[in-house]
Amino acid sequence: MLSVAQSVQVFTGFQVSDLWYMAEAAGRTLLISIVSISIGTLLGCVFGWLLSISRWWGVATLGPILDAFRSIPLIIQLILFFNFFPIIGFPLDPFAAGTIVLTFYTAALVANVARAGIEAVPLPMRRAARSLGMTYWQDLRYVVWPIGLRAVLPAWAGVALGVLKDSALVSVLGYVELLRASQILITRTQEPFLVLAISGAFYFLLSFPISRATARLESRWQS
Amino acid sequence: MIEIRNLHKSFGDLQVLKGVSMEVKKGEVISVIGASGSGKSTLLYCINGLEPIQGGEIVVDGTDVHAKGTDINQLRQKLGMVFQQYNAFPHLTTLENVALAPRIVKGKSKAEAQEIAKRQLAHVGLGDKLSVYPSKMSGGQQQRLAIARALAMEPTYMLFDEVTSALDPELVGEVLDTLRLLSDDGMTMIIVTHEISFARDVSDRVAYFHEGVIEELGPPSQVIEAPTSARTKAFLSNVR
Amino acid sequence: MRSLPDLIDAGFKTLEVAVEAMILGVIIGLCLALIRLSGRFGITWIATIWVELARNTPALLQLFFFGFGLGAFGINLSPYWIVLCALTFNNAGYLAENFRGGFRAVPDTQMKAARSLGMTATQAYLRIVIPQVLRIVYHPMTNQMVWSVLMSSLGMLVGFHELSGETQFLASKTFRIFEYFAVTAIIYYVIVKLILAASRLISWRLFRY
Repeated sequence: MLSVAQSVQVFTGFQVSDLWYMAEAAGRTLLISIVSISIGTLLGCVFGWLLSISRWWGVATLGPILDAFRSIPLIIQLILFFNFFPIIGFPLDPFAAGTIVLTFYTAALVANVARAGIEAVPLPMRRAARSLGMTYWQDLRYVVWPIGLRAVLPAWAGVALGVLKDSALVSVLGYVELLRASQILITRTQEPFLVLAISGAFYFLLSFPISRATARLESRWQS
Repeated sequence: MIEIRNLHKSFGDLQVLKGVSMEVKKGEVISVIGASGSGKSTLLYCINGLEPIQGGEIVVDGTDVHAKGTDINQLRQKLGMVFQQYNAFPHLTTLENVALAPRIVKGKSKAEAQEIAKRQLAHVGLGDKLSVYPSKMSGGQQQRLAIARALAMEPTYMLFDEVTSALDPELVGEVLDTLRLLSDDGMTMIIVTHEISFARDVSDRVAYFHEGVIEELGPPSQVIEAPTSARTKAFLSNVR
Repeated sequence: MRSLPDLIDAGFKTLEVAVEAMILGVIIGLCLALIRLSGRFGITWIATIWVELARNTPALLQLFFFGFGLGAFGINLSPYWIVLCALTFNNAGYLAENFRGGFRAVPDTQMKAARSLGMTATQAYLRIVIPQVLRIVYHPMTNQMVWSVLMSSLGMLVGFHELSGETQFLASKTFRIFEYFAVTAIIYYVIVKLILAASRLISWRLFRY
């Protein structure tokens, strides 16, 4: 039984503590992104390497599977994955489900980038390495990795930034990251414009360091 | 006639042309030689208005190139230019490359333009490459395409900016032969080049540029064989 | 599977909004790119802000902005318009960057050659520069088209009954969430593959050099 005065208080304005709330949620966006991006990149490099060395049958099997991750909307992937596990009696919490899907999504994107990076290394250079006596793995580590990395760093940064923003979709599963937090605040404060603007600013702050760092690395390598 | 009077040109603080004066009469072939950075290419860009000037004037057939009221597009039809980096249009075939400007600038019909193009391409020896894309041709062939493209506009004067510098040695000859052919036809030409012996054989006059001014100007027998200026001598001895 | 016709219908709605957002995005993106390239400081900042906002914030946020954000000012768009505006905003931003890169990748010597033949600036741009830019940006544009289709799925969160929204609607009626979304996933996969195939065909005809 809420009195009129009390029910009006359900909508309160935007307060400073809300800023902290959003910052915390931004932290969780960052968390889920970092986990997915790092594991996804590692996996993606492996997949990319597999793709680059496979015969046609390897590419024909792994290719379409990885393709699927890039051809189906992320939100559908999340919903599918989240609803798959209860069927086999294994409920996952939103964070885990979201992270796993994002990781594989990242891996699929990075696989392509990694493959391009490997193929960007001129064959003569790799032959030179092998004829110096390096093993296949040494060639990969000391020749392919540095050269390929310089070639595809912008592309990888693009993938990383994309995943950072796509992490917002995990809110669909109920995980309270930044966008979900924004929605909650909007409902309470009824100030959608302000909340979304601040949320946008947070995303900006999260993406900016990555773009800047990448740009600086690139210019350092140019010289 | 092209008259250049006291031409001054700077890029920001860097003065590249410091008072250049010369005349080019109809039918003359003038070679411009000199070290890199002496302003030779910039001179050509000023003549056809691709670069603005800071002082002096350039008058082509009575029209001041850099005056406010000058229709520069009209004027450029008289001045054919061929660049060091050929600049063939990669998305057009050889024939289309050459036929385009006559059609859209001079308003010729498609058939007419193609006729002109075929004629010029045959003249430079590319008659059998009409439907080939530039990317499939050698540097020498692309450069000859560029020459035919400029010729198709029926210019009065032709400007050549180090047109053989980007070519492999074995391809230089075919382009120089084309230039010789043009001079035999009576075309008025200003040729910026590093090829000293070519300049000596083909030119009526040679201009040696040094740090933005004409150090020496005269017939090849003087400038190249028996230069009067010490700097000219020094340059030539380094090049030989 | 009686609902298949409904899903296919909704699939067409997806394509419709994605294509419209793409076309609008191309037009606006081109304008933004040209503004930024012209370097007239008066207006470049508008274009820059648009592009940076579109590229550095999640598409979902942009969607919510057009949905709830505008709602704060009393502008309540229908779900279709929310999705169209958000997708167009996003597309324009990304495409503007692609176009800008494309223009810078064409050597300015091409422009010089065209002008020295007597072509006006307009002729030179239309005949020489833009065809080459098109070749460079074609692949990114295809990617953006695919992106549009995939992003349209977010329409389900604002009540737009495109493919995902329709799936959500049907699934919630029968509680067979997994099956319905699995079928939809396959439909998306097919749509994307078709777009990529069409794009390859077109490029093969357009760019024979």
